[in-house]
Amino acid sequence: MTRQPFRRDGHRGETLRFRFDGRDYEGYRGDTLASALLANGVRAVATSVRLGRPRGVFAAWTEEPNALVQIEHPFPEPMLQATTVELYDGLVARGLPGKGRLSGEADPARHDGVYAHCDVLVVGAGPAGLSAALSAAGSGARVVLADDRPVPGGSLPDTAETVDGLPGAEWAAAALAELDGHPEVRVLARTGVLGYYDDNYLVAVERRGERASSRERLWRIRARRVVLATGAHERSVAFAGNDRPGVMLASAARAYVNRYGVLPGRRAVVFTANDSAYAAARDLTAAGVEVAAVVDVRRGGGRSWDGSEVLAGHLVTGVDGQDGVSSVTVSPDPRGGLAGDREIEADLLLVSGGWNPVVHLFGQAGGRLRYDERLGALLPAATRQAVEVAGAARGLSTLGRCLADGAAAGARAAEAAGFRAGRRSAARAEDVAAALAEHVWLVPAADYRGHFVDLQRDVTVADVMRATRAGLRSVEHVKRYTTAGTAHDQGKTSGLLTSGVVAHLLEVDVAELGTTTFRAPYVPVSFATLAGRDRGALHDPVRVTPLHGWHVARGALFENVGQWKRPRYYPRAGEDMRAAVLRECAAVRRGAGAMDVSTLGKIDLQGPDAAELLDRLYTAMMSTLPVGAIRYGVMCQPDGTVFDDGTVTRLAEDRFLATTTTGNAAAVLDWMEEWLQTEWPSLRVYCTSVTEQWATVALAGPGSRAVLAGLAPGLAVDGESFPFMTWREARVAGIEARVCRISFSGELAYEINVSAWDGLALWEAVQGSGAVTPYGTETMHVLRAEKGYPIVGQDTDGTVTPADLGLGWVLSGKKADYVGKRSHARPGDLRPDRKHLVGLLPDDPDRLLPEGAHLVATARLPEPPVPALGHVTSSYRSAALGRTFALALVSGGRERVGDRLYVPVGAEQVPVTVTRHVLYDPEGARRDG
Amino acid sequence: MMLIPCPWCGPRDEAEFHYGGQAHVAYPADPAALSDAEWARYLFFRDNPKGPFAERWSHAAGCRRWFNVVRDTATNEIHAVYRAGGQRPVSP
Repeated sequence: MTRQPFRRDGHRGETLRFRFDGRDYEGYRGDTLASALLANGVRAVATSVRLGRPRGVFAAWTEEPNALVQIEHPFPEPMLQATTVELYDGLVARGLPGKGRLSGEADPARHDGVYAHCDVLVVGAGPAGLSAALSAAGSGARVVLADDRPVPGGSLPDTAETVDGLPGAEWAAAALAELDGHPEVRVLARTGVLGYYDDNYLVAVERRGERASSRERLWRIRARRVVLATGAHERSVAFAGNDRPGVMLASAARAYVNRYGVLPGRRAVVFTANDSAYAAARDLTAAGVEVAAVVDVRRGGGRSWDGSEVLAGHLVTGVDGQDGVSSVTVSPDPRGGLAGDREIEADLLLVSGGWNPVVHLFGQAGGRLRYDERLGALLPAATRQAVEVAGAARGLSTLGRCLADGAAAGARAAEAAGFRAGRRSAARAEDVAAALAEHVWLVPAADYRGHFVDLQRDVTVADVMRATRAGLRSVEHVKRYTTAGTAHDQGKTSGLLTSGVVAHLLEVDVAELGTTTFRAPYVPVSFATLAGRDRGALHDPVRVTPLHGWHVARGALFENVGQWKRPRYYPRAGEDMRAAVLRECAAVRRGAGAMDVSTLGKIDLQGPDAAELLDRLYTAMMSTLPVGAIRYGVMCQPDGTVFDDGTVTRLAEDRFLATTTTGNAAAVLDWMEEWLQTEWPSLRVYCTSVTEQWATVALAGPGSRAVLAGLAPGLAVDGESFPFMTWREARVAGIEARVCRISFSGELAYEINVSAWDGLALWEAVQGSGAVTPYGTETMHVLRAEKGYPIVGQDTDGTVTPADLGLGWVLSGKKADYVGKRSHARPGDLRPDRKHLVGLLPDDPDRLLPEGAHLVATARLPEPPVPALGHVTSSYRSAALGRTFALALVSGGRERVGDRLYVPVGAEQVPVTVTRHVLYDPEGARRDG
Repeated sequence: MMLIPCPWCGPRDEAEFHYGGQAHVAYPADPAALSDAEWARYLFFRDNPKGPFAERWSHAAGCRRWFNVVRDTATNEIHAVYRAGGQRPVSP
């Protein structure tokens, strides 16, 4: 007794239970979800995306356009093809109305990646691929054989043909066992190659299942030679009702009968333009399906057929039955002069419009294709990649020729990779002669609204006609206008059919028209698989300073600056960010604060020409800097815009330390090396990143001198002995240190540099002095903005020059040149309406302007377009000013100081007054404490 | 993913390299002597051929050396690789 009414007699297996659309079913191990549904008589599996029409299983593998399902258990996965989902016990799924739904829960499965190299990569383990792998493996070459199916043999289990006297599936299993015995061969089953990129770089997804250590693995394979043995897809014909459940590719029906032991129907009509569908009709008959008629487009019909009636020179002109085929209308080809429609009762309609070699990967690799009139298909032509195409993928149609072709291609590939292929004779199979196929794209009708071209996108011949009548002549344009071929099946069964229909409508040759471009991925791939382990904390490296643990322990909140974690502020109990930052700012302005500035980029430059290099790259003169002194510097692009800023410290005649902004450290090192190597190779300079070798603590505020004096009793800290912009070596808290007197807050300040190993000890000693408040980047931002110090990347973009920032004083007039100098003399750089960095004070001292907001001149917005004068780049609450303020880039801003401008915020026009960009201590009186 | 033959390290994945645009566009010896138009031409004008193109690459995640490549922009085929500052080889 069977509970699977459409299971072929005698087919048994391990029973698996599953649930589909809320009903419980049974299938067998080895089934796909599609074959198990067919075995249970489920015809309509999904509904179409645009028209909501019921759709059934149309194909038997990755070319399926219709049977889209959502897996619900064990983990929700959307948009899978029922024809490729291997059945497992407990599977819960449902049919989709064209679109799936991503899970809201985090996926507990792991995904992984592997890099591999090989001499020969064979794609596809069908007759040609296995033969190729066997002959390549015999040469000793390192071979990878990747095949997307769970069992080897390609179409052999579908067709039940014999090879070397063995049933095809048995021959394939034996071939695979032999390959597994080769130490240099790796066989990847359930591994679909989905991308073929430059220089034989291929990407494949291995489906390992829920029980494996990772659900899927992404293989990135660099192969010296590639053999594409990717087979062929059968294609449909555009006729009325060709989307009904029960309409199926002839080869798919043959696969369900032979591979899965499933009867896709009870009574079938076969509609074909070639001989291959006769073999399907024969196998279905043998399995107990009644073949009511073979409808052959060709007036001479096909090869001898001892089954039911052959209606030669006939076409299928209609299909009845809403949720599944109930009858098929057959009419003589109007060109043949016959008349008289017939209606044939059937629940299954097999279609074969011809075969498309699977040239997708070849096309992705930049290979050119040519249309073959005899085969009615695109075949691989020229390519610059080191690739062979073998078997059905290059248009061969008989098993014997595919076996021989694969063996030859494998040997050629191995030899091209430098190996000697042995004399292994290819496997043999009987070749049956076939009558010439005809190429029919569509069945003529008065109304084309039911002639589907792309089943997944619901595109009909009527839609294509609308495109060609709108004047579109290129298939690429028709594709985008109609969306034909853009669904996630990548148009496997519809691409060439679309070209054929367009060619028919335009009355041109398909060869002339061509087809659309093939692009990766060949089959859909999940983002989780592409990401692999690079997600969450492993998505990008996280860089922390030697003091990080202290910041965490003290409850600091962090902000990401590039890859660095920097403490943003250190809230005390009950404090929000606003309160914490105001407190930290006040502490620095009134007493002393300390900040971890270890993330600032540090580049050590050594060599006799180091000073010369710095003179050319920085706008200021660096070669005149005495040993022991420090200078602020700005670097520009050749177009004169600001690239980065920092300080340059002269450590010795031939040695400097340049600091960079945190986010730009790598870019500045790249910049220096690029100029040295490509423009000035005669300069003798080494550039070394030492960012992570040093820990740096900024000690700022009027109280900082006393703190430093306490920690470094051997250091003379008075202003005369240790002036601004100089550095000293000293022992600070007993640690060897380089102390620099520089300030990014306008207050008396020091930066204490020690070995990264000693960073925490220094920091703890500074904190232990009792008079120092730790502060974070938010406070630092407020303090520097009060002083009008710009932050590159926040107050600048790719249009801002040093002069725009009020930094004209760093532009050396003495030097003949520096990178960017010539641009600063261009008329565009001298225009009076350039945007200048200015300060803004909102009329309402409690009003915080949004950063990025625009500035306009009028209290009421005029009709658009509204001339914008600039935008807010930084905006804060200031403890020192007792109010809010902002920095902004404003057109002709320095001429507008004192002017009233407006910031549109929502429907409101917020009034502000323009000020100079330095709002706090403009005389610089506080710098020396 | 192109396989780029670094002259110092051998063939490596494209992802290890940084692209540097057209080669043989030297920084002018005396920018101050150039007219605005000549300077703008140096700054902003580059060739954009379909076919062989001499361009700069840096093996940023490897030896960090800059070098020149003649690459076909239509096919990504690399015709020649040579040192920064070297002469573009005469194509066969």
